[in-house]
This record gives sequence, C-alpha cells and structure tokens, in this order.
Amino acid sequence: MTDPVPFLRLTGIGKRFGGVQALQNIDWDVRPGEVHCLVGENGCGKSTLIKTVAGVHPPTVGTIEIDGRPVLPLTPSRARALGIQVIFQDLSLFPNLTVAENVAIEGHLGHPERPVSYARLRGLAAAPLRPPDFTLDPEATVADLSVSERQIVAICRGLAAEARLIFMDEPTASLTRAEVNRLLAIVARLKADGIAVVFVSHRLDEVVEIAERVTVMRDGQKVGTWPVAAVDQRRIGNLMTGLDIEHAVVARDMSAAAPLLEVRSLGREGEYADVSFTLRRGEVLGITGLLGAGRTELALSLFGMARPERGTIALEGKLLDLRSNRDAVDAGIAYVSEDRLGLGVILKQSIADNIILAELQNLRGPLGLIPNGRRKALAAEWVKRLAIKISGLDKPVGTLSGGNQQRVVLAKWLAARPKVLILDSPTVGVDIKNKKGIYDVVAELANAGVGIIVISDEVLEIFATCDRVLHMRGGRILEETVPGILSEHQLEERIYA
Amino acid sequence: MREGALRRLQRRPEVWLLAVIVLVGAILGVAAPGFLTLANIVDLLETYSVQAIMAMGLFVVLVSGGIDISFAATASVAQYVAVLLATRAGLAGPLAIGVGLLIGIGLGCLNAALIHFVRITSIIATIAMMSVTFSLLMYFSGGRSLYDLPEWWTDRVVFWQTESPNGDLTRITLPIVAMLVAALVTWLFMTRTPIGRQLYAMGGNPEAARRIGANIGMLQFVAYGYLGFMAAVGGLLQAHRVGESVPNAMYNTELSVLSAAVLGGASLSGGIGSVPGVLLGIVLLAMLQNGLNLLGVSSYFFQIVIGLTILISTSITVLSARKRRRHRNPSEPLGTPTLGATTQEPARV
Repeated sequence: MTDPVPFLRLTGIGKRFGGVQALQNIDWDVRPGEVHCLVGENGCGKSTLIKTVAGVHPPTVGTIEIDGRPVLPLTPSRARALGIQVIFQDLSLFPNLTVAENVAIEGHLGHPERPVSYARLRGLAAAPLRPPDFTLDPEATVADLSVSERQIVAICRGLAAEARLIFMDEPTASLTRAEVNRLLAIVARLKADGIAVVFVSHRLDEVVEIAERVTVMRDGQKVGTWPVAAVDQRRIGNLMTGLDIEHAVVARDMSAAAPLLEVRSLGREGEYADVSFTLRRGEVLGITGLLGAGRTELALSLFGMARPERGTIALEGKLLDLRSNRDAVDAGIAYVSEDRLGLGVILKQSIADNIILAELQNLRGPLGLIPNGRRKALAAEWVKRLAIKISGLDKPVGTLSGGNQQRVVLAKWLAARPKVLILDSPTVGVDIKNKKGIYDVVAELANAGVGIIVISDEVLEIFATCDRVLHMRGGRILEETVPGILSEHQLEERIYA
Repeated sequence: MREGALRRLQRRPEVWLLAVIVLVGAILGVAAPGFLTLANIVDLLETYSVQAIMAMGLFVVLVSGGIDISFAATASVAQYVAVLLATRAGLAGPLAIGVGLLIGIGLGCLNAALIHFVRITSIIATIAMMSVTFSLLMYFSGGRSLYDLPEWWTDRVVFWQTESPNGDLTRITLPIVAMLVAALVTWLFMTRTPIGRQLYAMGGNPEAARRIGANIGMLQFVAYGYLGFMAAVGGLLQAHRVGESVPNAMYNTELSVLSAAVLGGASLSGGIGSVPGVLLGIVLLAMLQNGLNLLGVSSYFFQIVIGLTILISTSITVLSARKRRRHRNPSEPLGTPTLGATTQEPARV
C-alpha cells in the first residue's frame, strides 16, 4: 500500500473488560482530512474503540500512533491535546451556558489563575462560529437551541480545541434530511481544512455519500475497510450482521379482521395532532418517523400516561378515558418502553418478580397476599414460552444479557394478557440473533389475536414485523403504506426526506 | 440573531424579581408609613447581612449542582468555638477569627469529602452533618450562651453615618460592608474565574464536565469549602452584631437562606443563578418579614410565606421548563408550522 502517512494508526489493538473481549486485534487507520465511516451493530465494539482512541479506556494490547509516533499511554486530556475530539451522541453540552462559553469551555481549564475574559471567550468562539455554515447567536443559551443547532455547537467546540480528528457518534440519528445536508456541508469544510471526520453509526446512512472509506466492525473485530464505491448498502448490512439475512416481507392483508383499537383525531398540544388510525385484531401496525416526530408521545397517550387534549380512543368499540397507565393496563393495553433498562425492568429484582409485576392485582389470594406458588408458576410459564435463558427465576434481571432482559419485559406485559401491545423500539441494543427471536414472538402474539403497534425508526424492523406502516412527521401522520409496495429504500428516503 | 437583548433581559428572573420588589415596596410604603425610610431600610440591610453572606456561599453550592443544609450549624460551631477561645483562652483577635474561619472551611470540606468520595447524596450528607455538628455543639456547650465577648469583637464599626432632621440615625456598619464585599467577591469568583465557570459547567451537565477534563472532586471541595467559609464569616459577624454567642441562635435560618437563593433564581437542579438574583431574593424576603411585622401580622405567617416561596418559585421553574421542552420538541426537527401557535419563532438569520 502506498498510503500517505495516516494521522491515526492502530495496530493489534485488543481490550478486555473482565472476562469480556470487547476488542480483538484491530488494525485501523484514519488519514488526514479523510471522511471515514465506522459502522457495526450495537454492541460490536465501536464505542469501545472510540473510547480507546480518546484515552478513556487504555487498550490491553496493541499500539496507537498519531502522525507516526506512538502515543500510548493515552489519557483523555492527552488525546485532546493531540487533536482527537469525540462528539458523543448526547453532545455533552452545558445547557445552562451560552453558545460562546460552550464552544470555548476548554479555555476554562488549565489556567485557574487567569481571570475569565468574556471578550476572549467570544473571540475563541468566533473563530469556528463563522458564517456561512455556523450562524448561531453566540449569546444564546444552549438549552434554547434545536438538536441540529446543538450539534453545530459541539462541532465548533471541537474546532476551538484545534481538533484534527473528530469522531461523531450517530450524528444523524435525530436530524432531518435538510439538517443532514447542512451537516454534510460542514464536514466538507472540515475536510478542506484538513480535519479528519469519523462517522460512527449502527447503520449505513446518508453520511456514506461523502465518505471515502468505510470500516465495518462485528463482535469486537474489524471485518474490513473498503472504499465507499466498492460496497453497497446490502453488502454492508450483511457484513455488519455476519448473516445473509433476507428480510422477507411478512405483511398480511388484515382489513377483514375486527377493529380492535380505534383512534380518532387524537391531539395533544405541542406533541402530535389529528392522529387517526384503526388497529385490527391480530394486526401488527408499524409507526415510523424521525426521533421527535411524536411517535413516543402518541404511544404514551395510548398508554394513559399523557392525556390527549382532543380526539377519542376506543377499544373494541368502547370509548376509553385513560387517566393513568393503570387504566390502560386494566383496559388491556400494554407498553414496552424504548428505554428498556431505565423504565422496563427493575434490574435488581428477580426475574420472577419482574414478570409478575403487571399482574400483581390478579395474583392476589386470600388476605390480598400473593401466593409464592402462583407467582412462580406464572413466571415459569412465560420464561418457557419466550425461551428466556435464565439460571434461576430468583436471579436478578441485571444478570441477564440485553436480549433476555428484553424478553423479561415482554413477558411482564404478556403475563397480563393484553389486547393491545405497544412496542417502542423493541430491538434497540439487541443483537441480530435476538432480534429475530423478538420478531418471532411478535408474529406469534399477532397470530394469537393480540393487536400490536411497533414503533421503530429502523425500516428493516418495520418490514420484518408489520402488516401496515404509518409514517409520522412533525406530530402528524403523513402517510400510510404497506411494506412491499414501497421498497425498504423508498420508505427510508421518505422518512429522512 | 434569534432574539434581541430586550427579550433576553425579559427572561432573566432578576428582572421580574426587581419588579416584584418595587411593587411590594410601594404597597408596604403606603400601608406601613415607617417602612420606606432610609433608617428602616439600612437597619433591614444590617439585620439580613448575616443571612445574605451565608446565601452567597449557598449560592455557589447550588450552582455546582449540590445542596447544603448544614451551613447554619457550621456557622454556630465556628462562632461558638471562636468566642470560647477568645473569652476563656484569651486568644488574640486575629487568631480566634482565623480558627473560626478554619472550622467553617473544615466542616465544608468534610461535606465535600462525604459527597465526593463516599458518594452520599448532598442533601443526605449535609442533613446528617447538620444533626451531628449542631448536637455536638449543644452537648458540649450545654446550651450555655457566652456573653463576655471581648470589646474588639463587639465594638461597632461605623463606616459612614448621617442623621435625619427628625433625629433618626442611619449608620453603614461592618455587617453591611461585609455583605457587600462578600457579594462582590462571590460575583467575581463565579463570573470571572475559570473555577467559577467550571462550577457552572458542572452544575449544568456533570458528565460533560467530567469529559472535558474538569476536576470534579476539586470543584466539590471548592464549593462546599467556600460555603463553609461564608458560613463562618456569617457566624462571627452575627456574634459581633448581637454581642453574645447563643448556640442555637442561628439554628433554623437555613430554610430562609435557601428560599432567598431559590427566589433569586438559583436552580435546585444546578447550573443556574446569579449573585444579584440571590441578593434580590434576600431583599424581598427581608421586606416581607419586616413589612408584615410593621403591619402587625403574626410571625408564624412569615414562615408560611417562606415555605410557599420555595414551593411556588420551584414549581414555576419546573413547569416553564417542561412547557418549553414540550413546545419545542415535536416541531423542532422540521420546524413544521402545523402545530399552530405552539411553534416557536423560526430560526431566522
């Protein structure tokens, strides 16, 4: 290879956390001013790799060179001094401070004796905040900015710190196509200034258009690096999962089935408006759209956690007035949240106790106490039905793998035998094999007559599970489509249009 | 530019607070004739100087994202020990004062250590510390007050005075000057030093502060140590004002100091607040107490006012933040005007 001297070069990098081999024998390089995509499924080791380069996790073996010089051991501040900046998905901004101060925040470190000069601060911030790409009021408070504006603040902070390589972790997850285009323009400018950019993503998206090379990771190893022109979307997908998965379209025509959940002109100020749809018995209905399109807000209203201000919800022809999630559970509506670890399970409690949680009322025996036998029987039944791999019903849920935790949450709601099951991003953080398992459970439940709403921004997931899809944007239902009539690619384009 | 300086000013809680103060002042001035006199106002300032000084320290802790309930107990201990050393051991003035201040800083740092190293939530750590230090003080002092303070401690220090035609004496005394110095120092510290700005950063997003390399532990020690120092200053000045040291004299002031800070716009979730705001909060609280007094309203009523103040001002902060979030998010990624009046103004260049 006759490459120029790379800015960053990793050789034989490995990292162990206790018994887990998070990274194994990674050789990787990033050239000066290059735009590079680092893709892989959730949990493939991308984040660990970034953190290793950023000095957060020292590698167990291997070397890291910057400009041809070995730089280990690396600390976070040393990595930054060498020009490596990471823009985390949460952006790590200070919402209470102004744009200028966020950009120049590192100026507050290192010289505790020097008084803060706001003029100098503005000067520091003004350098990267220059038009036409970055037109932000330096005195605005970051809490008042939109997500894409905040992203610009984070990029400018990297520039103010004289970055030479910027990692962007899932930068397009919550952006519209127009905002992505703006981001791409910014990246082009960075490139012209000789700054390398690595996009890190769990899927291949728009950013590939302007990248030169793409690196695929799987199970803590590098699968390979290719020029972008040499690989297409499908091939990358296969390389990421390691499986040649054909997502067969499962869509069935359910229009003859009895209506189950009828939503009419539902609205809640500032969240969603004029939402109408009918979910039929045994149907799987997908709701897709960008993050912040109102999907989750709608789901929370259907689950009684945020009262709609307008419109009606009817279940089996009966109007519902959901004042709390208790009402929703009583009516037969279950909700599995997006933030499964934060909201869906109680990690420290046992598997059995988690599974029976939504059924406590109905398990009560005489005196209102819960007989242990009934508790165990119910839990054991669902562990078996969902094929959850456990070493004991009384082990804490926290000891299970992500996929099995997900199934415990499912089991919890299924134990309550819901009529309507709402799954919000059900496979976030779940690996491909467990994804398949969850899709199978969804299909099985639908066959048993449960109406299921799947909320997801992964088109593949929608195609693999749903009979019909509603596309939401800006709080409204934009269109209804059937998987298979549109191709995956067409739907994806519409979502991000 | 997205919004003008005027709009930004309107959003500052200090501006609203000032308006409320003017309004309350006008009402009290009419209802209680003695209220709006120079002598009464200056007297009021002196009465609240000790609380204002402690509020400066508490403000720093609140900005850092923590809370401290123990500072009044810290002030009492620092005061009592210093007075004890000065009266019983005959310690020289500067030495006794120095010991008092060191006790304050030490107890503050102990809080910081519990919070940073042991990782106890700040409210739990400081409630426990308040209980321990105050009870130790009561146990060892037997609740006995010390009256025989040396003259250097109790002599009035007057910087400026004037007599009105009707014979009212108005004096700018040491506590008032100390309060102004404390406010100025705290303001400079929080707005002009890198450490102060890092405290704001830590209060706004602790994880991000850690990621940029801020020394979180050091910042905790600075915040709680600073409050300990200010508490000790307040304690020593309180003895100067009243000429005696009563172990439980300052017990229970933590709540009114806290409500003044919160009223002044300091957020209990950290990162937000300003020195002028906290001062205005003290002023409003002082005016209410004094005005209600002059109007002959029961002092229990004032306690109700304090409690309601905390409830109302925190509720307003939380509710308006929630409203702002709710009104922004759905329309945000696209800026679609479909949601009618709730969409915010478009981001014009």
